[in-house]
Amino acid sequence: MSKDDGYIKIERLSKHFDSVVAVDQVDITINSGEFFSLLGASGCGKTTLLRMLGGFEMPTAGEIYIENVPMSGVPPHRRPTNMVFQNYAIFPHLNVRRNIAYGLRAERLNAAETARRVGEALELVKLQGFGERRSDELSGGQRQRVALARALIRRPKVLLLDEPLGALDKKLREEMQLELRALQQSLGITFVFVTHDQEEALTLSDRVAVMSQGRILQMATPEEIYQRPVSVEVADFIGQMNFIDARVIDIGNGNTVLDTAALGRIRAPTLSGLTQEGAKIVVAIRPEKLRLSKERPLGTGNAVQGVIKNTAYLGDRRHFYVAVQGWDKPLAVAAQEVQESGSRSFEPESPVWVSWTDDSVILLDAS
Amino acid sequence: MKNVAYINRPNRPLHLYALVYLAFLYVPVLFLPLFSFNDSIYVTFPFKGFTTTWYEQMLDNKPMHAALMNSIRVASVAALVATMFGIFAAKAVTRYRIRGKKPVVGAIMLPLVIPGIILGVALLILVSRLGIPLSLYTITLGHILISIPFSMATLIARFEGFDKSMEEAAADLGDNAWWTFWRVTLPMAFPGVLASLLLCFTISFDEFIMAFFLAGTESTLPIFIYTQLRFPQKLPGVLALGACILAVSFVVVFFAQWLRRRGIAGSSNVGV
Repeated sequence: MSKDDGYIKIERLSKHFDSVVAVDQVDITINSGEFFSLLGASGCGKTTLLRMLGGFEMPTAGEIYIENVPMSGVPPHRRPTNMVFQNYAIFPHLNVRRNIAYGLRAERLNAAETARRVGEALELVKLQGFGERRSDELSGGQRQRVALARALIRRPKVLLLDEPLGALDKKLREEMQLELRALQQSLGITFVFVTHDQEEALTLSDRVAVMSQGRILQMATPEEIYQRPVSVEVADFIGQMNFIDARVIDIGNGNTVLDTAALGRIRAPTLSGLTQEGAKIVVAIRPEKLRLSKERPLGTGNAVQGVIKNTAYLGDRRHFYVAVQGWDKPLAVAAQEVQESGSRSFEPESPVWVSWTDDSVILLDAS
Repeated sequence: MKNVAYINRPNRPLHLYALVYLAFLYVPVLFLPLFSFNDSIYVTFPFKGFTTTWYEQMLDNKPMHAALMNSIRVASVAALVATMFGIFAAKAVTRYRIRGKKPVVGAIMLPLVIPGIILGVALLILVSRLGIPLSLYTITLGHILISIPFSMATLIARFEGFDKSMEEAAADLGDNAWWTFWRVTLPMAFPGVLASLLLCFTISFDEFIMAFFLAGTESTLPIFIYTQLRFPQKLPGVLALGACILAVSFVVVFFAQWLRRRGIAGSSNVGV
């Protein structure tokens, strides 16, 4: 679907607000037709980066190219981008139809052509029949659709979305996620999507850039970010993760042996760049990669005994917090509720075994 | 009364206080229309009888008409010019990063606290030094000067009240600064603009001191009324005029309030 064509190139882009560095020498290449997400906690610089793409903030340094055209000095109204604002910015003095038609002024269309384009846009976002509504007669989801139609009617090459689903309730948000993804795929427009919701970013995107303090921590596909986070920060931000301090014992061919505080001596796939034996390192393992059993599992050395301290019922699964010796934080272990009959039998304070496989262990730099 | 919220429960002393308060505000004003229908040139009790003579006289009073027209013209121009300046200043203050913004705003607001008589004398000296003859134009100039702070205060509140992303959205949708101003900024600020026009008009319409200093041969209504007070037989006519102005003012104020409320209803939807 998307070629590696460097449709949008962001080169060493920085933005300083007085002494605050909002975006710090960021390099990103986005392909045409890609759904690209900027993910990070509030204040990480993702919105500032998006606003620079839209032309609302001037970069302190660096350059943005869209189709190889440098964008510095190009005002928002001349950029091939359109934006869906966080609060939607629906013009309150205009009805839905005129809001959507707003961006057609420069095209100098006649009334019939304008009406046709607006009709198309309304259909695209499934708001037929809402054209004459005032903006204060719309629900949050409808406002979001109007903002989307208003931006898309301009047939932008790039659509910028600033947390467009943030104000919607969970159910509506999930619905809109699917619609947004379908829309993007049918239109083939490049989407740059800002969100603080990691689940949303993983669901929607072709690629995700995880940001913190103005820098990009990792830029990869959702799978890779989830399965192979490159740092403790990324691993912590995406989903739930057990972190355990460890020390490198032996770096072998493909496998590294480590001494961990909670799990004893374990083996894990080697972390590239790790050369020093005896180095301090962090071992990360997802709750769903850990298994719980009453008896010591046979055929694996990867098992440790512990005591269940707490459980959390999450509907489709259950999290057990298991205290193990030598480590003050209990391990989170996820069990699917399919095995309900099994998982319910784990009583608090009961002794259990926690087991894992070598390849589920992720090594991360301790720094 | 039982299902009234704690915070809304009735309070008799406060009701009484509210009545006294309203009486204090409005009883003096109500004497105006009352005595304008009294069949006597003296403003005293008891009433002599009902008459509309004073209103009939008012209709024939050519100098009064002239003064009224002068006032309307001066106030209209002053309101338009002051509001225009107010729009630009409010836009600048709320939208751009200006160096020394606070001192600048302070300087624009300063005429609010300078006594009118001092401003009047100062302007009189200035225009006579410059050799400009005193006329309705000089009065208008003075009224613009005193109206601008009110216009700005009204409009800054309005401009701050709506989301800046509206203007960004307009720019995003292909409008340069000019079009953004006409298609988004001004329509959204419209209730504020109208409020400013009404406020400035009222300020100019009843302004006396500046007009007194800066008037040439033609006078405005407040000056005309002041000169009429020297002749006791003219007083009831002034009362009739006052009653009419009062009636018009009430209509204007209600209209302005209605607009303001509509404006608030409009801007509350700006947020999510």
